[in-house]
Amino acid sequence: MLGEGIVKGMAETARNFLGSYVKEDRLTTVQYPEERLPQKEAARNFPFLVYDGDDWQAGMRCVACQICEKECPPQCIYITKSKDKKPDHAGKAQIYPAIFDIDISVCMSCQICVEVCPFDAIKMDTEFELSTGDRFGDLLQHKNDLSKSNTYFRKLHPTEAAEADARLAAERAKAEAKAKAAAAPKPLSPASVPALAK
Amino acid sequence: MDQIFVTIKHWAVGFGPAQGQPIISAIISVVLLIAVFASLFAITTVLERKGLGRIQNRYGPNRVGPFGILQPVADGVKALIKEDIVPRTADSVVHFLAPLVLVVPVFLALAVVPMGRNMVAVDMDAGVLFFFAVGAATELSVFMAGWSSRNKYSLLGAMRAIAQMISYEVPLILSAVTVIMMAGSLSTVKIIEAQAGYAGGLPRWFVLTPWGLTGFILFMIAAAAESNRSPFDLPEGESEIIAGYYIEYSGFKFALFFLGEYIGMFAVSGLAITLFLGGWHAPFSFLTWIPSYFWFFGKLLALIAVFIWVRGTLPRLRMDQLMNFAWKFMLPMALINLVTAGIWRFLSPGFSRWLICSLLVLGPYVMLARGLLLGSDVGKRTYRYAE
Repeated sequence: MLGEGIVKGMAETARNFLGSYVKEDRLTTVQYPEERLPQKEAARNFPFLVYDGDDWQAGMRCVACQICEKECPPQCIYITKSKDKKPDHAGKAQIYPAIFDIDISVCMSCQICVEVCPFDAIKMDTEFELSTGDRFGDLLQHKNDLSKSNTYFRKLHPTEAAEADARLAAERAKAEAKAKAAAAPKPLSPASVPALAK
Repeated sequence: MDQIFVTIKHWAVGFGPAQGQPIISAIISVVLLIAVFASLFAITTVLERKGLGRIQNRYGPNRVGPFGILQPVADGVKALIKEDIVPRTADSVVHFLAPLVLVVPVFLALAVVPMGRNMVAVDMDAGVLFFFAVGAATELSVFMAGWSSRNKYSLLGAMRAIAQMISYEVPLILSAVTVIMMAGSLSTVKIIEAQAGYAGGLPRWFVLTPWGLTGFILFMIAAAAESNRSPFDLPEGESEIIAGYYIEYSGFKFALFFLGEYIGMFAVSGLAITLFLGGWHAPFSFLTWIPSYFWFFGKLLALIAVFIWVRGTLPRLRMDQLMNFAWKFMLPMALINLVTAGIWRFLSPGFSRWLICSLLVLGPYVMLARGLLLGSDVGKRTYRYAE
């Protein structure tokens, strides 16, 4: 019968119309700036630098090895090494980046920098509200913008952070054991000196 | 209370010089018409968007003002400050005139629609004829817009619009003719007078007769097609020809087109109310104390709500379905309805008249529907070259 389907359809839309006023769970819209969905753990967009402790300059994990800079496919990382050295998390004196810039307008969120970093110093952020009025200045993020604490990283990606923490703790334990061994009255064997120099 | 606007207007006109009074009266009516229907347009746009949102289980606009009711203001400001782009190869004069040619006739058409007791801008003897005559000018505007833009999509949209509007003009007018025939007048005021009074608790509206109901349904379908409303919005078809003849319009010209389309919808709904729904008459005799203009605008909003509801429900027709529906169903039904109305006129009132006329309408409906569905083969689709 002609018109039967139209009546059925109209009944369905009327049910939707009235139901949306009665049942809140019909409305799937999230009113974004006020409400927001929880972030997925695997979410990522741009990299940030992890630091331990409270002081971002003292606790910075990055040792300016420049592997990420070389590996970055769109070449959005710019690093300058420092002249002096500062102790890293295990107490070993390391150089640190004097300048560490990421141009997030160039970054393509590939996560290769994270995968190549041997120090767990660079990780992916999920911050997405980055719109700015100045597309050249404000999208070039400097060391101070990029530095975020390890607690923040733990909150963002708990699984990945736990792995990284375990790795770093193992390293620290190894360094401590080595330091203890070095403190013991056993001199360095002459054979190992050239190996270190290399 | 019922005559408050009429009295105020007479009082205001009385201040002018004697020979200038007709023109002062006309100017007041025109200004009021434009103000009332332009604000109704603004309200309708936001209600439509909210209603469609609810139909799709969304909130709809809710950012500007409380519950988003100031959305039309934001839209208006945006339309005004947008750049007015005219394509370099466009016929700039025709391109400029097209929105005006749409907006002027639809406001003219509103002039003959009575909005309440004694509330009609012009009481013409040939009011319905005037309505359809100026209504036909919108087709010209659509083709002007499509042609002058010098764009394939806009020309395609205009061609579709012309084909559709001319096809549906016929059942639209034929279904209105039944009412003219029964009321014995082309004057909108006389047609409403013919529907005055109550019989057995029900109003004597034409929609409450078999031929009136058929005529009303046919009229509303044709009206949706005439005003390019979904599901007859092929000329605009966003997904196929990217807004059709609107494609090269931006800023305020586009807003004018939008306005013209909605005012056209209001005008044709107003005529449907006049012809079939008893104009400004109250539905029950104990409700006559409510002023007549409330009834007119109440019925108008109800019809607009139906238009929105249909838009939220039905998908767009295909061109061949559109044409088949117009010529193989709407036109024969309108003609049969015309004959039914004549038979109704000459049968003595009673149950037998109802039965005979209902059968006269329902029988052809079933037959024509079968004929319409017969051609459409809904089997499994076969692909000749794909797969």
